[in-house]
Amino acid sequence: MRRPHDVGGLEAGPIDTEEHLSEPWEKRLRVMARFLQRRQPPIVTVDELRRGIEDLGEDYNHLSYNECWTASIANILLQKGVISVEELGRKMAEVKTRWKKDRAQ
Amino acid sequence: MSTAKFAAGQPVRVRAAFPLGHIRTPYYTRGCVGTIESLAGLDPNPEHLAYGRHDQPPVPLYRVRFQQSALWPAYRGNPQDTVVVDIFEHWLEASDHA
Repeated sequence: MRRPHDVGGLEAGPIDTEEHLSEPWEKRLRVMARFLQRRQPPIVTVDELRRGIEDLGEDYNHLSYNECWTASIANILLQKGVISVEELGRKMAEVKTRWKKDRAQ
Repeated sequence: MSTAKFAAGQPVRVRAAFPLGHIRTPYYTRGCVGTIESLAGLDPNPEHLAYGRHDQPPVPLYRVRFQQSALWPAYRGNPQDTVVVDIFEHWLEASDHA
């Protein structure tokens, strides 16, 4: 099996070299990823996160770089029982409501 | 103390294996013959780390030099061109082709 990161020698097309700024959520995500790895003992390792990104299948091609990391972190925390599907769903709804309210002001 | 099975200068073939799972051995090297450049060290096996198994002993990791023409049959560059790839010992077997 050839996984999505193992692309050596394949046609890649042009590379977008334009600088782009990180959104605030992306900065938070990077901090969270670092925290999960630096805790002793680590909650997740970079190897698990990369594996999780490879496991995204078709989603890998549709999600941005940081969205891939987010999905991988969420899936691995679910697998390990650190968070539950219900908690994640409720939290996402809460954040969305707050975001809409902030935008409306 | 090193438990390394291969020495610098030794020809090795990368196992032509294509299992499922998280693998750091590039697809394009599998089945190809190169030469041990050096032992990079003993490192935890990412094939275990990727699945949360952190209690496994470290394994030898080598730098393996390949002729580009051995990796890419249609290689058109300088015939002397080589590339060095980090490969874990369990992906290598001794080869009699130099």
